[in-house]
Amino acid sequence: MSKRIDVKDLDIYYGDFQAVRGVGMTIEPRSVTAFIGPSGCGKSTFLRTLNRMHEVIPGARVEGEVLIDGQNLYGRDVDPVDVRRQVGMVFQRPNPFPTMSIKENVLAGLRLNARRLSGRAADELAERALRGANLWNEVKDRLDKPGSGLSGGQQQRLCIARAIAIQPEVILMDEPCSALDPISTLAIEDLINELKSDYTVVIVTHNMQQAARVSDRTGFFNLKETGQPGELVEYDSTQTIFNNPRQKATEDYISGRFG
Amino acid sequence: MSAPLRPAPPVVPPPPPSRLRDVEGLVLSPLRPTTRRPAVLVGSLSVLLTVGLWLGDLHPGAAVAAGALTHLVLLYAVYRVLGGHRVAVDHVMRALVHLAFGLALLPLVSLLWTVLTLGGGRGFDPQFLWQTMNGVTGLHDQAYAEGRGDFVGGAFHAIVGTLVITGLATLISVPVGLFTAIYLVEYAAGNRLSSAVRFLVDVMTGIPSIVAGLFAFALFAQIFGLRDAKMGLAGAVALSVLMIPTVVRNSEEMLRIVPNELREASLALGVPKWRTIARIVLPTAASGLASGITLAVARVIGETAPLLVAVGYARALSWNPFEGPMNTLAVYAYFMFTKPLSPAVREPSLERAWAAALLLVLIVVALNLLARLIARLFAPKTGR
Repeated sequence: MSKRIDVKDLDIYYGDFQAVRGVGMTIEPRSVTAFIGPSGCGKSTFLRTLNRMHEVIPGARVEGEVLIDGQNLYGRDVDPVDVRRQVGMVFQRPNPFPTMSIKENVLAGLRLNARRLSGRAADELAERALRGANLWNEVKDRLDKPGSGLSGGQQQRLCIARAIAIQPEVILMDEPCSALDPISTLAIEDLINELKSDYTVVIVTHNMQQAARVSDRTGFFNLKETGQPGELVEYDSTQTIFNNPRQKATEDYISGRFG
Repeated sequence: MSAPLRPAPPVVPPPPPSRLRDVEGLVLSPLRPTTRRPAVLVGSLSVLLTVGLWLGDLHPGAAVAAGALTHLVLLYAVYRVLGGHRVAVDHVMRALVHLAFGLALLPLVSLLWTVLTLGGGRGFDPQFLWQTMNGVTGLHDQAYAEGRGDFVGGAFHAIVGTLVITGLATLISVPVGLFTAIYLVEYAAGNRLSSAVRFLVDVMTGIPSIVAGLFAFALFAQIFGLRDAKMGLAGAVALSVLMIPTVVRNSEEMLRIVPNELREASLALGVPKWRTIARIVLPTAASGLASGITLAVARVIGETAPLLVAVGYARALSWNPFEGPMNTLAVYAYFMFTKPLSPAVREPSLERAWAAALLLVLIVVALNLLARLIARLFAPKTGR
């Protein structure tokens, strides 16, 4: 249930503005890959191209190839809806659906896709997803209460449960802990460590310690100056990036000399 | 490992005093604690003054105006002494806001009072509610006025007509308006067609209601011929011309405030766009949409002119909006007021007109309550 992602020479645009230039990388299955870099360098933009959420923004487009187990996401007859069922996403701010209960939120992906779902299967899937997101023990007695009543950290884990309930191949996380306190952040990081035994996880983070703690491989994005497109400067094992990076810019960023 | 040697930091002279009060040319207003008790005192004094002036044979309007003015001046003076200029202005502004609120409420209360007192007697009479005007003539009214007969004639047909025609208008305008709004917000954000549509909707908002009525009548005259053109459906079309722009603009605003994050969350779960709109966006906006639609209905339910043109005037009960004239409460009230059944004995007809007005107000109030109920039912859940 996890797949390799190959990105080949990807250029990303918002209208005429080129946001990211010439990214190429291979993301290994059953691993955690982190993207770090200063604000505005295109790491979130790049993440969103991995499940075609980038094109939701009017005027946004992509040139190049993203292959998941050899199949190009941007192929001519690929339906973006299909891609997003394989590549789930967790956003920066927890965004449970306000009209739904906790359980309905977890099952939203299944229900909204109109698959037939018996009551017992629903209960089972909801429990499995909530256990997978380390949330089950906290909410098992109030599954019918609204999801917006949970704390920020719980809401974010609810969103992760919602994402894994549809059993994607890959989970993308866009700064999942930036709105959370340290305890909730720890809970999410533990969860990411568990998730990688089943899924390919890609995470964007501003917190370099977090990248060092959770990821197997790290990509450093940077831009030469404002107004220029962002680029993938270095991509290697997390060990290498944090201990002896090959690029000067990476070393400067990691050691806090800029950014 | 020893710490690397660093040059000693240069000695920085202490910064000059930079507290605000030390800046020349700046006088901060003092902060003094004040209570609201003086305001209450001044308020009661002003009320006493108003009542006194009133009893002293001054016109009530002038008395209230004089009282209000005294209140504002006194309030400023008292708080100026107690708490300074800033506090005084605060209290004067508060008083102005309260006065404006009272002023805005005055016509509403007066209207409700008038309608209730003048229409209440007949409006709650079951006879009036269940009878129509079929066969009722001025002779009946004269007989009633001379004490020789009962009060006959009611507004049942007008109530039915109002509900049928407005219901049909809602059935036409809600889908058209809602889907237009969905197109504008979800599919065509910012393209040229959407700004054209938005401009046309704005123009449509300004169409005078009589023009909408003439349009509907002309349209149905083209289809059914001049003689058979008047029918409930024509009225419903005229009303929807007036309703659609309101529904579009209202729904557009409501859909726009649904957070984009929810759409993205749904799309990222692999939910198709149309299903995201149907299952996430619309339910999230449902309470706003419902109250917007109800307000649009309340706007057109009292329309008279277009219905007069497009539907005509019926004395008898008609449930069928596809054939022949119908009656509605507003038109009924208008006719009873301008063309009493018996020109010699106007009172019974006027009573009917006021009763119809009361029923119309009650229907609008009921609609608003319904909108609140729907809004509450659909409101996003917040409990823990």
